[in-house]
Formats: sequence, structure tokens, C-alpha cells
Amino acid sequence: MTMATQRLSTLFFRHAAPATLLRIAATSVLSLALTLAGLLAVTFAMSALSPIDPALQQVGDHASAATYAQARHALDLDAPLPERFVHYLDRLCHGDLGVSTATGQPVLGELREVFPATFELSTIALLLSAMAGVGLALLSARWPGSWIDSVIRIISLLGSSVPIFWLGLVALALFYAHWHWAGGPGRLDDAYEYTIDMPSGLVLVDSWHSGMPGAFASAVKHMLLPVLLLASYVLGSIARLTRTALLGELHQEYVTLARAKGAGSSWILLHHVLPNCAGPMLTVIALAYTNLLQGAVLTETVFARPGLGRYLTNALFYGDVPAILGATLVLGIAFILINGTTDMLVRLLDPRQR
Amino acid sequence: MNLSAQLFTLIDFAPRLRRGLRSPAATIGASVLLIVIIVAAFAPWLAPSDPLRQDIALRLRPPGAGHWLGTDNLGRDILSRLIYGARPTLGIAALVMAAAAPIGLLIGIVAGYVGGWTERVLMRLTDIVLAFPQLVLALAFAGLLGAGTFNGALAVALTIWPSYARLARTETLSIRDSDYLAAARMLGIRSSRLLWGHVLPICLPFAHVRVALDMAATILSLSSLGFLGLGVQPPTPEWGAMVADGSKVIFDQWWVAAVPGAAILIICVAFNLLADGLRDLGDPRHG
Repeated sequence: MTMATQRLSTLFFRHAAPATLLRIAATSVLSLALTLAGLLAVTFAMSALSPIDPALQQVGDHASAATYAQARHALDLDAPLPERFVHYLDRLCHGDLGVSTATGQPVLGELREVFPATFELSTIALLLSAMAGVGLALLSARWPGSWIDSVIRIISLLGSSVPIFWLGLVALALFYAHWHWAGGPGRLDDAYEYTIDMPSGLVLVDSWHSGMPGAFASAVKHMLLPVLLLASYVLGSIARLTRTALLGELHQEYVTLARAKGAGSSWILLHHVLPNCAGPMLTVIALAYTNLLQGAVLTETVFARPGLGRYLTNALFYGDVPAILGATLVLGIAFILINGTTDMLVRLLDPRQR
Repeated sequence: MNLSAQLFTLIDFAPRLRRGLRSPAATIGASVLLIVIIVAAFAPWLAPSDPLRQDIALRLRPPGAGHWLGTDNLGRDILSRLIYGARPTLGIAALVMAAAAPIGLLIGIVAGYVGGWTERVLMRLTDIVLAFPQLVLALAFAGLLGAGTFNGALAVALTIWPSYARLARTETLSIRDSDYLAAARMLGIRSSRLLWGHVLPICLPFAHVRVALDMAATILSLSSLGFLGLGVQPPTPEWGAMVADGSKVIFDQWWVAAVPGAAILIICVAFNLLADGLRDLGDPRHG
């Protein structure tokens, strides 16, 4: 191990025995697997309970009984439930999420196409809101009781009360239709939408590499409103929860000691308190990320942006069972991975939680 | 002391009201809610016209005399639809809470009190559901089982019980070995009477803050379902579905979508203010 990595590992893992770290990692992975199994059971149960008949959808209601029976067999609908669940898991392991009844395309391929857009949108919104939120929290912890507290309280109150689909519509009406400050629905102006290749699926990257003048600017203009909308949606909860963590830490004795030794308030906040809040902050930001992914479902729908969210709402509209299950599964797995890795990191970072 | 007497001392109204008025947040939130509840209850008398009556000649009228909040794309009076729309919004959210909170509390109390394997299995189940994307699952559930009021409500209820289970377990653990319960046991109070009469009342003060918070979240989830056409079905007026109706004309007739969305915002702010106020007032046991 080089000096730097050694320093990093003692800084973060605080001299924990390797066996302890291994135990934490193992229990975390086990609980992740259990949660994943739960998710699979739930999605399977939903598809089994659904009154929508995929076989009927496929063959139509004029088909003969024999054709219908054949379709049921082909779709594995005639086997007993436990056997169907095993088959379902087996197909998932082979990357087979079924064929969309609306488009006739394999669901996995469609999900692969739409996922990057949602990832891009929610990650940019997360970066923005995390920086602004932690900044606000630091300011309010530095000057407790000031007007910044009220700002945080109001933003967080509005963030947890506003229907995001409505805020999106209002933002479109004001900033696009009325003032022309931002791009409208879609991810690009029409001139670029059908002329640019999307190899990565990330609209900012692809428009940058397209070499078409104005394409990148168009992508940014169209991303402005949805990103700001999503960022403001979680900004309040990040700021409020981080503030609570910082204020709690400020009452610790080591802060009094640092103060007695002559350290300034800002120095203590940035060099002692902030690093010690890494665990809670990680949790807060992970929570915001999962909220953003859910918010993106409605935001993409309102802004007509291609992505996992709009894919899901379209599938719901058409009663496209494999597409609904596939999109739910991908979002669920993203959730479980975010929650699971955060749990593990927090326990690894904080010796008190081992 | 029997359960009803316990509940009665728990909800001793007058001192609570006096204490509650000390929190401006709780007072404002409760007042707004009271107004909305009254409006919902007396909708037939307050609404200026029938919320379902269509008049194509009068479609998409701007707010003004005759139609104070304008008319929608079928010429229906938006104010009347807004007033009637308070009913499903409040009613279904209340039903969801009434179904989910007791189940969550039961699971949490049993897990905390019994301990051992029961606790491990129940809390693992709770954690699993907590790790799910709740809105997405509710959408998928409502989409797969068929759009409609009941399925939408059930979908939301299935995703909110875990927070009550967590809360109830924490509170139950904190008093499991207390003298208070030991005394109750010594008096011969056992099993379900002990849990309902002695453990549950300890959890309730914490649960009501949670209920106020969850009412806002539930109303948002239900109106999202309505917005996507998966909740209350037309022509019944529902605020989320009304926003969806207005989304087609948002650039020209903005009020059709703006008005019902603002109503959702106001009622959720009221519930969140109430929750904040109740929390600030602190643990009522020591009040």
C-alpha cells in the first residue's frame, strides 16, 4: 500500500480490523440480496395478479381456442405459480425481460436506450441540489438563528408539499411559453431531435460530439427547467437534514476543546464538524437521489423527455405488462443499490455503527 | 383502566388545544385543514353549480363573473369541481392512513414486544418494503391491477405502513423492560390487552406527527396517480386528474391546470405545517 492509500484508509476506516470490515460487507451484501429477492417476488406477484392477459393481448379476441392456448403456453402462463416464478427468475438471469406488447421489441434493449437519459437528468439535479443544500446548511450552522434558517424551512416545506407534475407545467407556462427563457418540452429543438445520433444516450454528451452548431446549447436549454425543478424538489430536505446533523455535531465536546484552543468558528465547522458529518450527509444525499429518480418519472412525463420515467408512464397507459415490470424492476434495483451501498458505506465510515 | 378511558385521557382536548395554539405553524395548518374539511363536507351547498354539468359553448372561459375560477375544456365550472374534488382527495387519503397506520403499528408493537425471530422477520420485511421505490411501485400496482380509486388507494397503503412499524418498534423497545409494564403484568394484564391498553398509547403521540406528515405525502402520491389517469376515474372531479385535464391547454388557458394544483399545494402545506407544529410542541406526555 502506498502512503496515500494507507492514509486514506486510516482516515476513513479508523483502524478497524479487516475481519470487522469483512463482516460488515458480508451482512450488507446479504441484506441487499434479501431486499432484491423481495422486489422480484413483488413484481412477479403483481404480474400474476394482474387482470391484464398478455396472451389475449398478443393473439387478439378473435383467435381460436387453440391459438390462445398456444400463446399462453409460449408466454409460460399455463404453468403453476411457483414454477412460473422459477422460470421468471431464470429468464431474468439470462437478461430476458420479455417483449413489449406495445412495440414488439425486447424490453431489455428499450430500457438500455432510455436509462442513460434518466441517469443524466437525476444525477445533474443531484449534484446541483447537494452543493446548494450543503452550502445552505453550512451557512445556517455558522450563523444559527439567522434568516437562512427560515429560507431552509420554507424551501423544505414547499419541497415536501408541491405536486411536482404541476410545478413542471407551471414552469413550462411561465419560463418557456411566456418569457421564452428556457427550452420547451422534449430534450432538443426539433431541428436536432431527428438529426443527431445518440450513441451514449446522454443528450449533453451526444449533442457535444455531434459537431452540429447550436446542438449543445439546445440540449442545455431544454435541460434547464427539468434539472432546476428536480433540484429544487430535494434541495430543502438536503439542507434541513444536513443542518440538523451539523448542529448536533456542534454540541460535541471536541468542538468546545477546539474553541478553547483558539480555533475560529468557520475553521471548526469546515475542518472538524463537516468531516464528522460524512455519514449522515451520505444518507441524506442518497435519500435525495432516490427521491429524484421517482420525481424524474413525473418530470420526464410532463416535459416529454425520453427516459425511464416516460417509458414507464407510456407503458402504464398502454397496459404493456412486460414494459411496466421491466421499468419497475430497473428503478427498484437502482433504489436498492443506492440504499444498500449507502448503508454499507455509513457503517464502514462510522466506528460507532460497527 | 380500560382502553376508552385511556384514549380519553390521551385526547384531553382543552389543554391540548391551548398548547396547540402556542404554535403558529400548527394553528395555521389546522385552520386551513378545518376550512377544507368544511368545504368538502358541505360541497353540495357551497358549489355554485353541478361539477359534472358540461356546457361546450362556455368551454375554457377565463376566471370572471359567473365562473369565478373559469371553466375547463368541457365547459364545467372549475370552482365547483375544485370544491367537490376536496372530497376524494381528503377522504381517500384518510382511508389510506386508517388502513396503513394500524397495520404498521401492530407489526411494530408485536416485533418490539415479542422480540427474537418474530422481530427479525417482521423488521426485515419492513426494511425490504422501505427500500422500495414507493411511488413507482404504487404506479405499477395501479397500472397492472387496473386503474381506479380502490386499487390506487391500496397501492399507496401498501407502501406507507413500514414507517409506523419502525416507529412503534422503537417506542415499544424503549418501554419493554420498564416498571410501568412490569406493574401491568403483575396485575395480571396479559397479551393483547397489554399491547393495546399499555403499549399502544405510548406510540400514539409519535404516530400522530407521522400521520400528519404522511397525509401530505399520501395526497401527493394519490394526486400523481390521478394525474396519470390511474386513480379516481372521470368524470368524478379529483385534483390530480384536473391538473391532467388542464395540461393540454397549459400554454393558453393556464388556470385550468394551475387552480387544482395550487389546491393540492395548499392542503399539503397545511398538513406539513401541522406536523411541524405538533413536533415542535414536543412529546405530549411531558407537556
